[in-house]
Amino acid sequence: MRDGASTGHGAAVALRGLEKSYERVAAVAGVSLDIHSGEFLTLLGPSGSGKTTTLMMIAGFEMPTAGDIAIDGQSVVGMPPYKRNIGMVFQNYALFPHLTVADNIGFPLKQRGVAKAERLRLVGEALELVHLPGYGNRYPRQLSGGQQQRVALARAIVFQPRLLLMDEPLGALDKQLRENLQLEMRRLHADLGITFIYVTHDQEEALTMSDRIAVMNEGLVAQVGRPEELYDRPASRFVAGFIGESNFLPAIVRGLEGDLVVAECDGTIVRAVCPSRPASGEPVMLTTRPERMRFIDAATAPETPHNRIRVTVTEAVFAGERCRYMLRTLDGTSIVLKEPSSAAIRRRSVGEQAEIAWSVADTILV
Amino acid sequence: MSEVVQAERGPPGPLISTRVAALEVRAPKRLTPLLLAAPLLLYMLAFYALPVLAMLLRSLGETEWTFTHYAALPTDTVFLKTFWNTLYTALIVTAGTLLLGYPVALALVRTKGVTAALILVVILLPFWTSVLVRSYAWMALMGRHGLINEALVAAGLVERPLRILNTPLATQIAMIHILLPYMILPIANALRQIDPSLARAASGLGASPWHTFRQVTLPLSMPGVAAGVLLVFVLSLGFYITPAMVGGPREITLSMLIAQQVDQLNWSYAACLSAVLLVSALALIGLFYRLPGIGNAFRMSAR
Repeated sequence: MRDGASTGHGAAVALRGLEKSYERVAAVAGVSLDIHSGEFLTLLGPSGSGKTTTLMMIAGFEMPTAGDIAIDGQSVVGMPPYKRNIGMVFQNYALFPHLTVADNIGFPLKQRGVAKAERLRLVGEALELVHLPGYGNRYPRQLSGGQQQRVALARAIVFQPRLLLMDEPLGALDKQLRENLQLEMRRLHADLGITFIYVTHDQEEALTMSDRIAVMNEGLVAQVGRPEELYDRPASRFVAGFIGESNFLPAIVRGLEGDLVVAECDGTIVRAVCPSRPASGEPVMLTTRPERMRFIDAATAPETPHNRIRVTVTEAVFAGERCRYMLRTLDGTSIVLKEPSSAAIRRRSVGEQAEIAWSVADTILV
Repeated sequence: MSEVVQAERGPPGPLISTRVAALEVRAPKRLTPLLLAAPLLLYMLAFYALPVLAMLLRSLGETEWTFTHYAALPTDTVFLKTFWNTLYTALIVTAGTLLLGYPVALALVRTKGVTAALILVVILLPFWTSVLVRSYAWMALMGRHGLINEALVAAGLVERPLRILNTPLATQIAMIHILLPYMILPIANALRQIDPSLARAASGLGASPWHTFRQVTLPLSMPGVAAGVLLVFVLSLGFYITPAMVGGPREITLSMLIAQQVDQLNWSYAACLSAVLLVSALALIGLFYRLPGIGNAFRMSAR
């Protein structure tokens, strides 16, 4: 294991125009993606977005209809899974019920002709690594779900693959166990230095664990980037809505100001960050995060460049660490605003008229 | 152990409430299953248990209690030869159905749609035809001027018709054909219960298709194999019509010997032979459950 960490660089994976159709219905409709050596990349998307199919094609369980998959520059399309030398963890663990934990973990070593004594040593090390020493003689059915998934993880890394694929490995576990294992997987990733490709539909999980996230929708990659990039600069309405909570404000473009777009929203002029150059008069959608908006009074006007808008409070919910307000603009658009709860901040009541503000840097045109 | 895990995971609230509910309704409900099974139980008692008991008693003599029939068996050469022949036939038939049936079960499970339905129909076809009809069919096929011999002669492969009918081979071929479904269906059932992600996992971990089969699919299908083997072997032990019709006059089986003795009104000896057959079958079933590997397989299937 440790040897693997010192010598092992993760595999680099390149997907080029990858497609997969089932009876003319495209599950994956042209995915191109570069996964760097040693990276923790998450394929995030709703069910049916093609993330699992993409993973299965990398593993070799599904044949692409078109496109190419290269691992370290070498195309693996047409290579059967058992020759690809990739570790894989399944959502349902897929442990062999007729084999002990030790034999399960030793399985990939046995296929590679590792001698028995060496096998036992490596299995012992792998069990240590997933915090299950002494569990070798048990059968999978004698373990809890979390323990079974650790065994599956040990089995997937014991042969020191340079690439580990995980298909919603924590999906069947309860919340607390999931959070523990998330941390452990991060630690394992740091220790092993190999490339992880992780599939999940849980955006929080993706944000916590990944170096980069590829958000998938309808068989395509909607956006790739570091978690904070995706959160702060969503490139599309889908990404803004899928990762975290977002407010969407319809607006009409009125002009450009350097990097900023000036738009009219609900009769007020607002400014937004925008990579593209929309034409004047074009209807657009602005987005911003609920926790980045706040109420302002005449006395508490912010200093940084900001947008303001007048609203009516339609719902006020106290949720412990923060307060959550539902607001409505004059043109009827609903807005969610989250405010930290503090005795120093006056709570708003339903029906109250108020003015809210948020930073221009937090306003994105999508 | 798995129960412990279950209990750990399960929310305590509903668990307790179901238990309380179960206690409340248990008393009146306890009789219901018994009542439901009562007609069949009575039927089995009257027409199965009692006759078997009567037969066992009769094997101990017509007029007075004696063990003479049983005592004579170890030196009875006709019995020994017949008994051995019966076991040998059952063994060959079991091996034959297993070797021919396992691949078919695998094909049945791995194909979909029309092909799978077709395979199933072909397997079940023998079930829908009577044993008597099929035995006659085999006689027509394997006879001196049957289809097989005619074809062999016509093709110039043999000069004179081969003697197939009325040989042990004929019995074995016909019995394998008749008993195949009993081997295929339990195996197919076991194969179908194997989680398909296990084969994927094995392949992803570096096992070639052959090694995946050897190390994952085959061991996990053992409960089905055990059930099929037991079923076919026990059925073969008592097979009568087919060996009587297509088998050889010299290589008779235990069931044929019993029929002979009944014809000659040697009731008590026939009963004794029947008892031996019954005990052999029961012993075999007991042995199967005790074999370490297979017993384990049975337990695994029960899990």
